[in-house]
Order: sequence, then C-alpha cells, then structure tokens
Amino acid sequence: MTVVHMSKSKPKAEPEIITEEEPLPPSAPVVPPPSPVAGPSRWKLAAQGLQRNAVPPMFGLVLFVSLWAIVSVSSELPGPVKTFDAAVKVFSDPFYDQGPNDQGIGWNILHSLARVGVGFGLAALVGIPLGFLIGYSGFLNRMMAPIISVLRPVSPLAWLPIGLYVFKQAQPAAIWVIFISSLWPMVLNTASGVTQVPQDYLNVARVLKLSPWKMFSRILFPAVLPYMLTGVRLSIGVAWLVIVAAEMLTGGIGLGFWVWDEWNNLNVEHIIIAIFVVGIVGLLLEQAILLVARRFRY
Amino acid sequence: MEKFVQIENVHMVFDTRGGRYVALQDVSLNIRQGEFVSIIGHSGCGKSTLLNLVAGLYAPTSGVLLASDREIAGPGPDRAVVFQNHSLLPWLTCFGNVYLAVERVFGDTESRADLKRRTREALALVGLSHAEQKYPHEISGGMKQRVGIARALSMQPKVLLLDEPLGALDALTRANLQDELMRIVATAGSTTLMVTHDVDEAVLLSDRIVMMTNGPAATIGEILEIDLPRPRDRLALVQDAHYLRLRGEVLKFLYAREVKAA
Repeated sequence: MTVVHMSKSKPKAEPEIITEEEPLPPSAPVVPPPSPVAGPSRWKLAAQGLQRNAVPPMFGLVLFVSLWAIVSVSSELPGPVKTFDAAVKVFSDPFYDQGPNDQGIGWNILHSLARVGVGFGLAALVGIPLGFLIGYSGFLNRMMAPIISVLRPVSPLAWLPIGLYVFKQAQPAAIWVIFISSLWPMVLNTASGVTQVPQDYLNVARVLKLSPWKMFSRILFPAVLPYMLTGVRLSIGVAWLVIVAAEMLTGGIGLGFWVWDEWNNLNVEHIIIAIFVVGIVGLLLEQAILLVARRFRY
Repeated sequence: MEKFVQIENVHMVFDTRGGRYVALQDVSLNIRQGEFVSIIGHSGCGKSTLLNLVAGLYAPTSGVLLASDREIAGPGPDRAVVFQNHSLLPWLTCFGNVYLAVERVFGDTESRADLKRRTREALALVGLSHAEQKYPHEISGGMKQRVGIARALSMQPKVLLLDEPLGALDALTRANLQDELMRIVATAGSTTLMVTHDVDEAVLLSDRIVMMTNGPAATIGEILEIDLPRPRDRLALVQDAHYLRLRGEVLKFLYAREVKAA
C-alpha cells in the first residue's frame, strides 16, 4: 500500500521542481541547479527501486488473497478476513498453557523449532565431518556412494517406524526423522566442496608443507565453508519441511500436532494459520542462513 | 657454491588419457648460489614442468634433482614458489597470507612478535605496508602478485621459484614490478629460477637464460650468459649495443630456430 503512494507522489514532485527552476535562471543560473537536481534524482532512484522490488511482490500477494477470497466465497473454506480475525485471537495470547493438548501457538512453534534444532544439530555434527572425510578420501567416497545413493531418495517418513521401533518413544523418533532427512544435503555439499578446493590453494599448502591442522584450519575449512553453508541451508529447509508431517504422526506439542488437533476440532482457520506460520518460519530460517553465507562469500 | 641446484638427466613423462606424453627429455642444469636463471621457450615446452620439478610438486620419471646437495623429494618452504595467478588465500588479509608462511618456517624458534616483525618487513620490501590489512579482492593484480612475492621471500628460501610471476599483468605494471623484482632479489641475494615468455624480462633480470626447444620431448636448446653489469637500468639498456645483441640472440633462438606453428 505504501509503495503505491510513493510512486504516485513521484510525478507530483517533478512538476514542483520545474516550476521552481523556471523563475531562478535569470538571477542565479549556476548555483541552485545541483542541489535540487541531486535531491529528486535520488528520490526518483529510490522510488524506482521500490517500484521494481516491492510492487511485483505486493501485486502477487494481492492476487493470492483475492483468489483465496473468491474460492472461500464459493466453498466452505474460511476466507482471508475470517482467518485474519482468528489469527489475531491466536496471536493475542501465544503462550497460554492449558494442559498438554491445549497450548498457545508460541509454544507449538518453539517446540517444533527445538525438535528441528536437535535433529538438525545432530545431523550437522555427523554430516559435516562425514562430508569432509568423503571429499578427502577417494576410497571412502566410493565406499559410501552406493549407501548414500540408496538411502537419500527414501521419503523421510519411511524412517519413522524404524525410529519408533528402536527408541520406543515418539519424541526421539521425530528427532530421528529430522536427523536422517537433513543429513544428506550437508554430507553431499561438504564433500563436493572438498573436491572443488582450487589446486592453487593446495599447492600453497604443499609448498609451505603445512601441518595437517593448519592445512585444515587455514585452507580446507575456509575453502569448503561456502559449500558447507549451502548444505546447511538445504538441510534446514528439509528439516522444517518434514517436521509438520513427523509431528502429525508422533504427537506431542508442535505445529504438526496443532494442525492435526485443529483438523479433529474442524477448526480450518487455525489450519490455514498454521500453514502461514510454517511458511514464514521456514522463510526466516533460510534467510538467516543466507545472511551468514553472504558473510563468507570471498 | 657452483652447483647450488643440480638438475641431472631429468626425464618427465606424463601418462595422459591419450597415452604417454614426454614433456622433458634429458634436461641437465646447474644453478650457482645467488644466480638468477630464466627459462624461456614457446608455450608447451615444459618450462613450467621443469620449475615444478625443482619445487618438488612433481617427481621426475627418471633423473635426479638436488638443492644444496640434498635430493628434492617433495615440496618444501626452502624452495618458495611465486605462482602465476598469485594464489593468495582470499579469506586472509595480505598480512595473514604472509604470516601463514612466516609462521610455518620460523614459528618453532621465534616469538610471535618476531614473526609479526618478519611479516611486516616482507610486506615493506615489496612496498605494501599500507595494504597489510586489506583482503586480496580489495587490491589490484600487481599488488596481489607483490604479496605473493613477499610471501615467498618472507620464508627466506634457499631457492626462489617464479612461475611467470608477472605474466598476468599489464605492460606498465609489469615493467614496474620487473624493476622492483630486480631490486628485491639483489637485496635478498636469493638464488632464483624464473619461467617467462617475455624476452626483455629475461634479458633484463637474468644472469643466464636457458632456452628450451619445443615440446614434446623438450630439452635445453641453448644457454645464454647475460654478462651485463648490475645494477641494470631499463632505460640505459634500450640503447646498449650488447643488450640488443643478447636480446637478438634470444629472439633468433625463439623465432628462427624453434619456430612454433601458431
């Protein structure tokens, strides 16, 4: 909305300058032009940038909400307004606690994040060192290739019964699913980063005859870091993708359980809210990693 | 020392997908301590291969290489290399890049303050004290190459190996760095082996020029003694008859004897 106002105000600003400039030339032709010209052109650039970067997404959002409204009118699906009202209510008290099956949205988000954090953290602890080893040793690479090729395409949820059987509990089983599904992108990207360390850097290490630790800390690790962070970003994405499904099946507090619970209550507004919450949290996680990764792009 | 670096009957054969490729055949060369030797030849004549053999990055198929009477069994900081593409680590500052080398060579015996002093001295030698805390992507190509030279010299190597060190630079920067290199090598008194394809650069800097025949199976075609007095001045040499004759010798070798089909 604000964007539309900005672009509207732009043509208004331009004629103002022209009328200002016209009376000026006879008295002081040289001095005034630079400052008025520099002012509006910067505003113009900012407005143009805003128009280019903010208007299309706004347009997309408006289109999406209108389609949703149209669909909701012709079906029983709750419309944008009804959902928004429900969301205001849900978020007005995000941390209430009325027993294990009725807790605020804040608790559900935090519990889901904690599960993803633990599962993903364990996967990083295993996957990143494993990736370095696989990238470093051709033997290990060929040894692990068939195992990874077979296990990687398996749907994350297929691992759930194995987790339930081994751990006998829902909570570790959910974490296990997150672990196994977010493991592969980190292993594969780290390994590929190791194999792509430029020969120049390796030659430097050879000529200096660096100790293995210096070789790792000064050359290998910094060279692989950007690849590793790509793996981390993909892994977090997968982990967050899987958490809803895993929690639907295992229960406990969390967004997935909340979705399933609200389905049983036939509270469709809350399901739609959950979808938005899952999407937005996932987006924030990815952007956070991208922000870190940008710091390490040489 | 007459034979500081000895290269004796070295053959180098690469096993490529297209079969065996003989890069060097029966190359023998001795380099005196403090001498500046250039290797010149058309591309593909194995001059970089020869330098990499001295660096220890390759092992010869047959023959022996010695540096101060010890066999060259692998790379090591006593034979510092300045690579053509500078090969600075982009995640370290100029200071950090040089410090990594200094720490490796002197870290066991010297205090941290001494290591830092050595690093600063090396950067000062190439005139980059002001850029110590800059990252490689923040400085020009010529400056990067100077950091590479500082890194190599900071190790106080027995032999300095330059692999077309100025090849990627524009002509003006290049002339500047040639003059600086001449000064730096004279100050440090390093034994130097340089690969180049620039005739003027070779004549200006060298005590001897090793001219390689064309590959495959390249070998040393001729060795030219450059007995021009030092210090040498680029501008004075332009009109020096002896300089022009030496330069002519190299050109004759490259463009009359070892003609390279383009």
